[in-house]
Amino acid sequence: MRSYLRIIRVGLLLRVCEFSISRGFLLMAVIQPIIFASIAFYLFKAGGRSGTLLYASLGAGMMGIWSSTLFGSGGALQWNRWQGTLELLVGAPPPFIVVLVPLTLATSVTGAYAIFATLLWGRAFFGVPLHFAHPWAFALAVPAGVLSLGLMGLLMASSFVLYRHANALSNLLEYPVWVATGLLFPIALLPGWVRPLSWLLAPTWGIEAIRHSALGQGAVWFPMAMCAVVGVAYFSLATIFLGIFERLARAHATLSLT
Amino acid sequence: MAAVIEVRDLRRTYKTNTGVFRRRALQVEAVRGISLEVGQGELFGLLGPNGAGKTTTIKMLITLLLPTAGEARVLGLDVVHQAREVRKRIGYVFGGDRGLYERLSAYDNLRYFAELYGVTGRAQRARIDEVLELVGLTGREQERVEGYSRGMRQRLHIARGIIHDPELVFLDEPTIGVDPVGARDLRSTIGGLVAAGKTVLLTTHYMFEADTLCDRIAVIACGRLVAQGTPRELKGHVVDRTVLEVEVFGIDDATVRRVRTLPGVTSVSVEDRDQAQVLTIQSPHGLELTSALTACLGEVQLGRIAAREPTLEDAYVALVTESAT
Repeated sequence: MRSYLRIIRVGLLLRVCEFSISRGFLLMAVIQPIIFASIAFYLFKAGGRSGTLLYASLGAGMMGIWSSTLFGSGGALQWNRWQGTLELLVGAPPPFIVVLVPLTLATSVTGAYAIFATLLWGRAFFGVPLHFAHPWAFALAVPAGVLSLGLMGLLMASSFVLYRHANALSNLLEYPVWVATGLLFPIALLPGWVRPLSWLLAPTWGIEAIRHSALGQGAVWFPMAMCAVVGVAYFSLATIFLGIFERLARAHATLSLT
Repeated sequence: MAAVIEVRDLRRTYKTNTGVFRRRALQVEAVRGISLEVGQGELFGLLGPNGAGKTTTIKMLITLLLPTAGEARVLGLDVVHQAREVRKRIGYVFGGDRGLYERLSAYDNLRYFAELYGVTGRAQRARIDEVLELVGLTGREQERVEGYSRGMRQRLHIARGIIHDPELVFLDEPTIGVDPVGARDLRSTIGGLVAAGKTVLLTTHYMFEADTLCDRIAVIACGRLVAQGTPRELKGHVVDRTVLEVEVFGIDDATVRRVRTLPGVTSVSVEDRDQAQVLTIQSPHGLELTSALTACLGEVQLGRIAAREPTLEDAYVALVTESAT
């Protein structure tokens, strides 16, 4: 167990280091949240709801984390496949999930920058007040949201092991999840059948925990607990799927490009 | 000598699809019933042309591919059902540029794989220094891999493959694309692994490399084992032959086909060398072939003609050619 934790720690450190010197990833991680935030601020201002700028800022930050996780998880596996390291990772002795966790967590940890970037951007250029109702809860809600998104990335990445082009799904999933999880506007505005779907998605609980702790408009601990519940569920499902998919990938020879 | 690798009637079929609207399933038999044994401390060579099934065989042995049929045991462990145990005790190196984290330094690459293979704590630093020294990369370990030459990458591949001091190392074309001096250094490193008591299974296209390094060799063609033995035993396959090397300029395929049909000719291969091509023709020892050959070549401009004793490469060409007919 201790050795697995070491692998996760060192893997996370090296992945973050690797991402931080990738110009493409940095550009997406640095610029995109600011663009999201600016659009959200103008939308909310145009709607005459300037009092909810912090609400918009946090949503835009979470959109950045989601995009980073979504493209990072799929992209990182595909990148490993392209550079011939996926076979080395699968062929290493530890269970593949232990090798994969730092890969997907690194993308959401790097993406966490988005929430701070959008807050600072909003403060500097749009005058968004940075008064948090429960600062300590906010300090816990952000990592809880990031962690649960990372585990959701892990679940998605498990399918990317089997299918060479599965990360094309990333393009399809980005916008629907923004909408379905209330990052742009409250879920209450969506049709009733979308709500149960949104409960299954980590960003729903992550943004709820972050917004409630920042704005003080609802319970903080329940959504944070739900981040943990869905995170554990994602991890359990990913463990099962990876076991199956790794064997199928060895049977179908999809670990390498050739 | 205890068998470290035992392969019995190993087979692997790939399934693919062709077509867009009318999809058709295709099956490619990459490995068609290979059986072999490799003893402890041996340097065993696997030779064969492109697509012969060498890499597929290696990937099954290192647990990255599941066999379609047959059985393979590595260090006494079943590669299908005891994959995790096999992985702990073997190392493998693929040739080429891929298989390293380009944006990280060589040291970080080795550190990461050391963690994955359970080399931790104080032992890790010492082991990384040791393998860097062994492959001649000491002093360059803090540089990013993206700036490395091909030879340096290959050496780093080997360092990564042996970071956990495995008993058995698989090397799949480790010197491919490396310059002659770099390749010589790599061969010296591979020799060092065997001297250190490791068993090595090596695939290569370079016959002199196999001849120099390998204790025993298996030749694979079209997924089948064509011959197996020491380099001397394999050369014995063509000991009764003479090899004629003929330098020609601008020979066409039809003329090569005509040469193949000359009485007594057992195999013909063509190799491009700058402006010229070199025909390597095998025939029974004592057969006078030169006059018939010059007549057959007709208008083709001739250069140097030389007869020589058969080498391992000639034995390999003969085995592969005969297996195809």
